[in-house]
Amino acid sequence: MSHLIVAPIVLPAVLAPFIIMVLRHHLSLQRIFSVAGTVMLLAISLALLGMTLDGQVHVYELGDWPAPFGIVMVLDRLSALMVLLTAVLAMVVVLYSIGSGWDNRGRHFHALLQFQLMGVCGAFLTGDAFNLFVFFEVLLIASYGLMIHGGGPRRLRAGVQYVVYNLLGSTLFLFALGTLYAVTGTLNMADLAVRVGEMPADDTALLRVGAVLLLLVFCVKAAVLPLHFWLPTSYANAPLPVSALFAIMTKVGAYSILRIYTLVFGPEVEATAGLVGDWLLPAAMLTLIVGSIGILGTRIINRMIAFGAIASMGTLLISIALFTPIGTSAALYYTIHSTIATALLFLVADQVRERRGIRIRSHSPMPQAGLLAGLFFVGAIAMAGMPPLSGFVGKLLVMDAARQSTDFGVIWAVILISSFITIVGFARSGSIIFWRSHDPDFIDAPEPEVEIEGTEDEHAKEPAPEPYPGLAFSSVFGLVALLVLLTIFAGPVLEFTGETAAQLFDPSAYIDAVLHGGQK
Amino acid sequence: MEFLLASAVGMLTAAGVYLLLRRRTFPVIVGISLLSYAVNVFLFATGRLALNAPPVLNKYADVPYTDPLPQALVLTAIVISFGMTAVVVMIALSAYLSSQNDRIDMSENTGDDV
Repeated sequence: MSHLIVAPIVLPAVLAPFIIMVLRHHLSLQRIFSVAGTVMLLAISLALLGMTLDGQVHVYELGDWPAPFGIVMVLDRLSALMVLLTAVLAMVVVLYSIGSGWDNRGRHFHALLQFQLMGVCGAFLTGDAFNLFVFFEVLLIASYGLMIHGGGPRRLRAGVQYVVYNLLGSTLFLFALGTLYAVTGTLNMADLAVRVGEMPADDTALLRVGAVLLLLVFCVKAAVLPLHFWLPTSYANAPLPVSALFAIMTKVGAYSILRIYTLVFGPEVEATAGLVGDWLLPAAMLTLIVGSIGILGTRIINRMIAFGAIASMGTLLISIALFTPIGTSAALYYTIHSTIATALLFLVADQVRERRGIRIRSHSPMPQAGLLAGLFFVGAIAMAGMPPLSGFVGKLLVMDAARQSTDFGVIWAVILISSFITIVGFARSGSIIFWRSHDPDFIDAPEPEVEIEGTEDEHAKEPAPEPYPGLAFSSVFGLVALLVLLTIFAGPVLEFTGETAAQLFDPSAYIDAVLHGGQK
Repeated sequence: MEFLLASAVGMLTAAGVYLLLRRRTFPVIVGISLLSYAVNVFLFATGRLALNAPPVLNKYADVPYTDPLPQALVLTAIVISFGMTAVVVMIALSAYLSSQNDRIDMSENTGDDV
């Protein structure tokens, strides 16, 4: 039993109160500790990934209470991969927010960010369904603070919507957990898997209700249609580096779907066989379609990327909804890719916002337009799934996995058509933002300027100090480098995700490690 | 007893959902509180209803006991929902004070969904 497993939760949990209580008036010290903490988290998550390479499932019993009586943390390949992805993203976001001065526009940015990391890592590592709820709440309450960071009437009102929507989701989560507990008498995921497998097949109405309620909760988190309404408004009004960090939050929903519906309600469980996939697959396809239409339809950069995030969740969940090892392997690859690509686009959009506001319309030329146009181009290519970047590889894998499905024609059509719409949408807005502004004869019409005064006051009011523009740009380039690396090393990454999927679809090792192996 | 509890959960949920669909933040927050009461009562019932029974097993005699785990879950849920309500009240208050507008939807000032 290695104590390292609980470190990704304990480290931010200690660091965040320390930043609030001791360093609250020292921004530079906050920055130093936040960066140091994130570097340590990165190192820990790499070590954890190394531990899982031999295919073992590691269990950490909190308070040394044996499962299923105590709460367990479980480290397998999937958790290690997601924790590493979180740490990498956090590293980039911390550096960017320091470089762009965003952390100086409100208070407690770094403390909230560390609390958010604690919640996300906890959700990935826990092996207990109620504990999953608790970590969801931890990451949500930190995200409420981050979402309204910097303030402004528009952002605060979007924040109210976001909080209310998520509180509803939490209530639903509790109803689902209560139903499952009433039927099975346990909330430990491994124990749940055993009990669900033992249920008589003709007496499972309540169990199925619980399973579907739980799916609804995770779909709220993953922004699956028709439960996606919170995402565009909150992502578009949150500070953009925070939106980049939120790219991991929808993945928490996807992770939970993957975990619960392979381990507890796996494909071979008679009571719920086919139930989840049948609902999830059409919903995911609709999500993809609506996301790509949204990209084409919106006139604001932030919202466009938020819809891009919805579309990528659609692709991801199509692959998960197949519930085959090859589909899951493709989904994991696409998870890594879409998290990085979404974050990249949000950060580029923040740089564009600094220079010309968030509306997609003609504008006088801005400084460094060529560099930003290039970065936007890279991000858009990745997001739309064009060669040569990893989005292309990811979509190819998803489509290849869908070939085994009976309705692969529909899936292929949806993915290809929506990719086309996405490309058109990004090309349209990219050419308006970066090319039409280069017309030397163009003069800003006075009328839209008034519109800016009236509608984007708080965005305009934000001071735009740029203490370390080099740092901001290098973190953006770090994301580009990650995308390129993910494309070049697609082979080894796929090998790993393939092994991860194999581990997920053979839950006996997980159950064994939690219920029997932990006592060793 | 079962009927009483079930109808209480049902009525709390119905009232909560109704209030959630209002347009101003105050009824919505009250609705969320009602929903969280409903779920707390519901969680109690998941351990089966047992009156006047201690939450401990007795290995010497076969006496009735009540399941202690749902009580722990309810306690956690109460603490979390209490904190969340406080947060949402503060955010709603500052949203109202900064925009002089208590509506929960964002359709009035355009600019967000053109």
